[in-house]
Amino acid sequence: MPKIIYFFISLSLIALLGCENLGPEEPMEFELLDGPLDGLSVSEQQLFLAGDIAFNDDVFTVEKGLGPLFVGTSCESCHSGDGKGHPFNQLVRFGNNNLNLPSMLSLGDGRNQIQNKAIPGFEPETVPDGFPFSILVAPAVTGLGLLDAVPDADILALADPSDANQDGISGRPHYNIPPEFTKIRNNSVPQGNNYIFRFGKKAGSYDLLHQSVSAYNQDIGITSLYDPIDPFSGLEEDPEVSTQTLNDVVFYLKTLKAPVPRNQADPDIITGKELFQSIQCAACHTPTLTTGFSPIESLSFKEFHPYTDLLLHDMGPELDDGFTEGNVGTSEWRTPPLWGIGLSGNSQGGQMFLLHDGRASSIEEAIELHGGEADNSKAQYLSLTPKEKSQLIKFINSL
Amino acid sequence: MCMSRKIYAAIALMNIYVLTLSSQTSDRDSIQESMNMDAVYDRPFLTFDKFPVNLGGYLEANSIYSIEDGLSEGLSFQARRLTLFVSASISKRIKFLTELEFENGTEEIAIEFASMDIALHPLLNLRGGIVLNPIGSFNQNHDGPKWEFVERPDVSTNLLPATFSNAGFGIYGKAYKGAWTLGYEAYLTNGFDTSIIDNEEERTFLASVKENSSRFEENFSGNALINGKFAIKHRKLGELGISYMGGTYNRQEVDGLQVDTKSRRVDVLALDLNTAIKKTGTRFIGEMAYIWLDVPDTFTQQFGNRQVGFFVDIVQPVLKTEVLDWEDAVLSLSLRTDYVDYNIGNFGQTNTNIGDDLFAITPAISFRPTPQTVLRINYRYQWQQDILNNPASRTASWYFGFSTYF
Repeated sequence: MPKIIYFFISLSLIALLGCENLGPEEPMEFELLDGPLDGLSVSEQQLFLAGDIAFNDDVFTVEKGLGPLFVGTSCESCHSGDGKGHPFNQLVRFGNNNLNLPSMLSLGDGRNQIQNKAIPGFEPETVPDGFPFSILVAPAVTGLGLLDAVPDADILALADPSDANQDGISGRPHYNIPPEFTKIRNNSVPQGNNYIFRFGKKAGSYDLLHQSVSAYNQDIGITSLYDPIDPFSGLEEDPEVSTQTLNDVVFYLKTLKAPVPRNQADPDIITGKELFQSIQCAACHTPTLTTGFSPIESLSFKEFHPYTDLLLHDMGPELDDGFTEGNVGTSEWRTPPLWGIGLSGNSQGGQMFLLHDGRASSIEEAIELHGGEADNSKAQYLSLTPKEKSQLIKFINSL
Repeated sequence: MCMSRKIYAAIALMNIYVLTLSSQTSDRDSIQESMNMDAVYDRPFLTFDKFPVNLGGYLEANSIYSIEDGLSEGLSFQARRLTLFVSASISKRIKFLTELEFENGTEEIAIEFASMDIALHPLLNLRGGIVLNPIGSFNQNHDGPKWEFVERPDVSTNLLPATFSNAGFGIYGKAYKGAWTLGYEAYLTNGFDTSIIDNEEERTFLASVKENSSRFEENFSGNALINGKFAIKHRKLGELGISYMGGTYNRQEVDGLQVDTKSRRVDVLALDLNTAIKKTGTRFIGEMAYIWLDVPDTFTQQFGNRQVGFFVDIVQPVLKTEVLDWEDAVLSLSLRTDYVDYNIGNFGQTNTNIGDDLFAITPAISFRPTPQTVLRINYRYQWQQDILNNPASRTASWYFGFSTYF
């Protein structure tokens, strides 16, 4: 047989046998925000996969119900790589600045979010003149199942609404009335009809189903069995996303892993961690929480490190947009988890857009914009030496 | 409207130029100097004595093993295309050709080409039916056995719609002077629809119009897509083509009611090159396309209003010899470079660059026992960035396959 045939056959065999070794390597686990919790059963992994497809691959078109007014065309468009969002898909919510007035004025659809984009032929909404508003950048969605499974009692144990310990920090939970479709947690500690809301920048959502139903409706203009009111017309419509898909997405969000801390043995990071405690950052950004019982074994009775207390805090005038949501005041914000913050750049195009509206381009800038209950901690941060500041930032970046 | 007038004027000027040139040329047969525009007829056909119908086709199949960011879904075998050609000389100056394609088994069955040609003069031929829009070179010259690569170029499939055909009519012709050949094509066809900015690719994607099977029956926008190409070829230097297509892609009115605020245009300009170094036998094939699109300001920036892309193939035959009973077997080494930017521009909110681009290189080894058949080993490495410019997703793919005319 001619040499050329041998050559071609040999090359084919090399290609066939060597192909596995000539591909890009899988990124290290700690470099990624997405991925499932450890220990999911086979059936749970199948559910995770279904939710992953719905969350990351399902794109809404006009034919599938997009809009006509909307903010994004898919979940993934706001939560790239399950990480923090980018200002190009920012949300705008508006309202009044007085908690004693009806808290959510609206454009007539009963909600307070602007749909700032529109399919051709329709006009997007704008904030009515004179109304205060907040710009919001989508949060990371990793580890939400762990936060969801924290018992109310544990959250309440962290609260100090009247600042009884006189440390200047007075976190309180956001009590509100959940929508009828939500399933109340077994370990809830209600106040009458009000339950602790824990998701969203102002803790505006009770649980992940509430959050997902709202996001489909308010962000993509997609109606569901649970929220059939179209944000444009204000009329009830047939569901544009199935309940099964919603359940899949909720399961996916519940079972996304927590971000993996990096370089924890680095001496600077160890020192930074000590500084984080000593200047009282940890008073709100609580390092460790524990879940209660969950039917998903990987979520049940787990200790984890989100660096949040899930409580509302007064963050001072710099972060006061004059906008209330639910029973949350204008300068109050729910403590955002700090886990995964060092990986934010990987989902925000190599930059950082921190704080609720993405105005801070670095962790330093975000700290300097803290106020209110964080005034003390900020003052202590500002008095640190440059090296100490650098160690503290390095620690926060390692989470 | 102003743009349309300019386009009509350009086509008219192109015709005048080519007609002027024809007065200086000999009366040669227009199909003897093959160009990209001749690709639909420049194929092997089976002919039968005294039977006016010719048959042909090609088959393309391969295996693929891909690894994306370290994860693979294993080995797959793909029967990508089975294409059948039927041509007929209806009378002395009238001919017919059709191309029926089955993609991935019967997943997609399409009549890619079905037209009647009337030859009035080498410079003026009429064509009507389902025509392949002459944009770039690959759209018309896409037969698998002609290429050293399993994948089609990204610019020709993901930016431009590959094998984009429409119902329509037009003219074409060629002229010669010495070693030079000039060719032109001009068609009016059905055009695009709003799926190009409303699709599950979540980006401006002209190829989504192919999902609209009624485009052979109804022109969505009601305005013709204007499509023209001008190509020049030198027998030694190669061929250079410039092509344009453009038109409205939306409906402003339906049943007399206004459903959009304005007519929205899509315009595409493409350049293509095909040349060779005679001494070494090295061939260079390339195509570049730029797309302008009127996306409503109130729509999401996910859908870009400008796109650009190109591919360049370098094909180097390294061995020509007799192998077994194949007298002119050829072994070639090739390299393809693909680049596509699906969304040119900056984000309005941050004034930072919008990503959504792709870059790939594909080294290839191909063996042609005969010119009509090619066996190919390809290795493609691709970097793809999302719209935010997050770290690129990397994909490596191995292909082993063949493509052959029959």
